[in-house]
Amino acid sequence: MTFDAQTIKYLVIDILASTIPLATPLILAAVGGVFSDRSGVVNIGIEGMILIGSFTGVLTSYYTRNPWLGFLMAGLSGCLTAWFHALASIKYKANQTVSGVAVNIMATALTGFLLKAIFDRAGQTERVVKLARWTIPVIKDIPIVGEIIGSGPPPVYIAFIVVALAHIVMFKTVLGLRIRACGEHPEAADTAGVNVALIRYGCVMMSGFLAGLAGGTLSLGELSLFKEGMSAGKGYIALAAVIFGRWTPVGAMWASLLFALADAIQLIAQNWGFTLIPQEFMLMFPYVVTMAALAGIIGRSTGPAASGKPYVRRGV
Amino acid sequence: MKRILVLSLAVLMLAAIAVPGFAAAPKVGIVFDVGGLGDQSFNDSAYVGLKRLEKELGASITYMESRTPSDYEPNLAALAREGYDVVWGIGFLMADAMKKVATQFPNTRFGIIDSSYTDEEYAAMKNVLGVVYKEHEGSFLVGVLAALTTKTNKVGFVGGMQFAVIERFEAGFKAGVWKTNPNIQIIVNYTGSFDDPAKGKTVATSMYRQGADVVFHAAGATGIGAIEAAAELGKWAIGVDSNQAHLAPKNVLNSMIKRVDIGVFEGTKMLLDPKFVAHTEEMGIAEGGVGFVTDLSNNASLSAVAKANEWSAKIRAGEYVVPEAPMAKASDLK
Repeated sequence: MTFDAQTIKYLVIDILASTIPLATPLILAAVGGVFSDRSGVVNIGIEGMILIGSFTGVLTSYYTRNPWLGFLMAGLSGCLTAWFHALASIKYKANQTVSGVAVNIMATALTGFLLKAIFDRAGQTERVVKLARWTIPVIKDIPIVGEIIGSGPPPVYIAFIVVALAHIVMFKTVLGLRIRACGEHPEAADTAGVNVALIRYGCVMMSGFLAGLAGGTLSLGELSLFKEGMSAGKGYIALAAVIFGRWTPVGAMWASLLFALADAIQLIAQNWGFTLIPQEFMLMFPYVVTMAALAGIIGRSTGPAASGKPYVRRGV
Repeated sequence: MKRILVLSLAVLMLAAIAVPGFAAAPKVGIVFDVGGLGDQSFNDSAYVGLKRLEKELGASITYMESRTPSDYEPNLAALAREGYDVVWGIGFLMADAMKKVATQFPNTRFGIIDSSYTDEEYAAMKNVLGVVYKEHEGSFLVGVLAALTTKTNKVGFVGGMQFAVIERFEAGFKAGVWKTNPNIQIIVNYTGSFDDPAKGKTVATSMYRQGADVVFHAAGATGIGAIEAAAELGKWAIGVDSNQAHLAPKNVLNSMIKRVDIGVFEGTKMLLDPKFVAHTEEMGIAEGGVGFVTDLSNNASLSAVAKANEWSAKIRAGEYVVPEAPMAKASDLK
């Protein structure tokens, strides 16, 4: 094929329009991860919370035929799952990595079991009512931009609103200051009268809620069914986005977009007849980008000082 | 008296052992591929065959699912160990595992879908039946339907992993399209997975964005995403293996049917025969193994269906041989 201006324009539109839906669940989950990490609790369990959310969303939509209720329930189920992780890490001071991994294993098994018990089948559910696409009046008429984000599943827009809200809460409010204090120096925060446990519970459950919405995005926004293991490692990629985004909501958003861009390029390269690089290498591409990004940044970027450490009050 | 009772019991037990396969209910087990039961295509079709064995032969049936390829071998061995007379492996990827297990359990009969072995291998393991399909023949027919349906002269093919079986779908589809209209552009994409609907949706959406209006998938659950894309954008998708019209009744043009159920059902009967000889069974249009949907769920025009039927008769009669290897452009087609 020839690469004239018109082709390049279509190529750019195609790649970016494919990137946005792929990035949406990553953005939601990563912003959640920022909250959890900033408050001092590492949330490896995001992957499992996404999976639980995607299942609950489909289950709710299946019975109520109301995808919005399903989307909300997806978030709440993620929130509930996160409560277990919070309980283990905050109240019982368990190792947070172990607790998070336990959530992931439990989620895989539980959704598989419930699929069998409720839908009497394995693999995947049938199609349910999904969230109808939104078309944004003004944006859709802008050339190029309109073709990329002029219309899409509602979670796409919700994700960007969440990023903006998260940024404001984290850096422009007293609450945000308290959250960051709990993650940096919980003793100091405690001395200043901040309820460290409460803040951490709130943040972990917020992270679970957003991970659940990420699951709902997969199962009710992008697709209209639950498939076993449909989180497909997105929770881990989101964690990488948290680090690469230097524990800020906006940074996590850009990191998610970068990882999704790599995935989109890999997926649609063949559609454009780009077969110069063997497919096996193309399949590796998104992961190589993720690793390169982390390797490049991780030395120069330090997370919240108290992240991963249970807070034990001294001298009481 | 007691002695007679013992004796008659012994005779009865001997008789029960002596009666071969069919008289006692045969035990048939299936190991599914990672796509899993409920993929609404390949694995589900095999399950239909298994259910038919239960109904028509009174077989006692069971199935196991594989979460990862490393489950194949233990699953196959588990069914053999539990005394199943016939054990099926559903899918090409199980070929190596089956070879190992079939050697370990020479008294169990094994069947594999989508794979065959060499004559030397069959000589070594006398208890295996390979069932392969002429997917290219069925795909050719839906290719004809696609070519007669497209208005943009652009169609797409979404494949799972790239290996010989899936390439037969691509080859047949391309041949069917280009035999009908050599000016049609065909976009091909192998996603590298059979179990990721989100990937299938991304790839198919991009094809539609490029102007394709009919997309054929041979990608298991990944392909469900392609049908999702068609439903969302109001385009055509062509299903695979089973009739997938129920997934999106207004957007599934037709489905290429691969009767895995017939392979499992007829194959089991062959395997239960005491005189069974290991070999490969090929299922094409002539054997009723592949085809397309002709019931009310079909959305292709009547003239397109008539044309496909015409080709079907030609292929059945051996007047046209559908190529098995994908060709790069229309002019490569003989």
